[in-house]
Amino acid sequence: MIIGSIKNGMVIDHITAGRAMELYDLLGLSNADCEVALIKNAVSGKMGRKDIIKINGDFPVDVNVIAYVDPKATINIIKDGALVEKKALQTPQKLVNVVKCQNPRCITSTEQELDHVFVLTEPENGVYRCIYCEAQAK
Amino acid sequence: MRSLFSITDLSVEEIQGLIDTANQIIEDPDRFAHVCDRKKLATLFFEPSTRTRLSFEAAMYELGGQVIGFSSASSSSAAKGESVADTAKTISCYADIIAMRHPKEGAPLVAAMNASIPVINAGDGGHNHPTQTLADLLTLYREKGRLDNLTVGFCGDLKFGRTVHSLIAALARYEGIKVVLISPKELQLPSYIKKDVLQKYDIPYTQTTNLEGAMPQLDALYMTRVQRERFFNEEDYLRLKDSYILDPEKMKNAGEDMIVMHPLPRVNEISVAIDNDPRACYFKQVLNGKYMRMALIMMLLGVKA
Ligand SMILES: [Zn+2]
Repeated sequence: MIIGSIKNGMVIDHITAGRAMELYDLLGLSNADCEVALIKNAVSGKMGRKDIIKINGDFPVDVNVIAYVDPKATINIIKDGALVEKKALQTPQKLVNVVKCQNPRCITSTEQELDHVFVLTEPENGVYRCIYCEAQAK
Repeated sequence: MRSLFSITDLSVEEIQGLIDTANQIIEDPDRFAHVCDRKKLATLFFEPSTRTRLSFEAAMYELGGQVIGFSSASSSSAAKGESVADTAKTISCYADIIAMRHPKEGAPLVAAMNASIPVINAGDGGHNHPTQTLADLLTLYREKGRLDNLTVGFCGDLKFGRTVHSLIAALARYEGIKVVLISPKELQLPSYIKKDVLQKYDIPYTQTTNLEGAMPQLDALYMTRVQRERFFNEEDYLRLKDSYILDPEKMKNAGEDMIVMHPLPRVNEISVAIDNDPRACYFKQVLNGKYMRMALIMMLLGVKA
C-alpha cells in the first residue's frame, strides 16, 4: 500500500489520536477514488500517540474541516514524491456543512436542501453559531 | 438592499431615524398617505398571528400601498411542500417588500438570501421579533422622552420571553440603562443573556422575586405572562402565579410616572382594573407598533415623504 510513499497528494499528520475516523467522514473520504490510508495510534515523539491520514491522489480537501475538528493537525502537500508545502491551519471564520445544526426549531431541520452554515462569533472561545437560529455548534 | 432579522441589525442611529419618522407620521399622517403608492407588501404568514399581520397591513395601507399574502401555511404553497427559498423567489416577482412570520428560526434569513426585495422578520419561532421591539422602543421614547438613563423592570417569564431578550439587547446600547429582573427562580433570565448583553455592555442589573419591592425605583415596568406549561409541577405554578399579576393594589408601589408595558396578548397578568390608569401603556404600544412598521417599510423601500 501507499504508507510512506505518496506520489501526489496530502498527508494529514498529528491528528489527535482517535479523531481520524471522524475527519475521514467529515472530509467525505469514503467517496474518494484514490488510495487513502488511515493510520491509528501511530507512535509520535511529540504527542505520544497520533492518527495520520494519507491521500494519494487529487482529492479536494476542505482544510476548514480539519482546522475545526482538530486545529493541532498539520497538512503536508506532496508532489512527485516530495514535500512541497506544509500548510498551517487557521481557525475558519465560516463552516459550511461541517457541523449540523442540532436545534429542532431551526429552519434547517425542515428544509433539507439548506446548507448548514456556522460562523465564528467568539474567536476567543472558539464559539461557532448557526447563521439561521444562532444555536451554538456542538 | 436591506432586510431586518433582529433588532441589533439596526444601529442606535437607525433606530433614532425610525423613531423620528414615526413621530412625524403621528403629527402629520396626511404627508405620508401616498409615499408607497403602487407599492405592494407581501405578508407571508406561515403561522397565524392576526395581530402582527393586521399591524403590517394597516401600516402599508396608511402609506398608500397595497397588500397581498397569506395568513397560514395551509393556505400557502408551503402546504404543497414548496421551500421558503422558492416562495421568496416567486413573491419577489410580485411584491416590493416582504413581512414574514414563520414557526422555524431563521426562515426569514433564508427568504432574504433568495429574494430580490427586502424581507422583514415578523417573528421566527421563539427567536426574533424585531418589530415588536421597535414598538416597545417608540413607546418608551414617547412616554419617557428618552431611551437613555432609564431603569426598566422586566417581570414574569424572563427565561423564554423573546420580547424581553430583544428589548434588553436593544436598550443595552444606550447610556445609563439599569435593569431590574423580576421573576420566579424557575424563569430567570438565561445566563447567556446576562453574559453576552448585560455584562458585555456593563449594564447594572438586579434580580429579585418580589415585584412590589422592585416597583418604586422603576421608570418602566415590562410585564410578560407566566405560563402554566413552563412549570414542572402544578403546585409551583399555583404558588407563584399571583405574585406576578399586576393589580391596582400593587400599582400603589409604583411612582407616578412609571409606565406599564406588555407585548400583548395578555391573559390575566395585568388586571383590567388598571387599563384606565394613565400609566398603562400597552394599548399605546399596539398603535406605536403600526407607526414603527410604517417607518421601517419606508426605510427599507428607500422612500421619503
Ligand atoms: Zn440552526
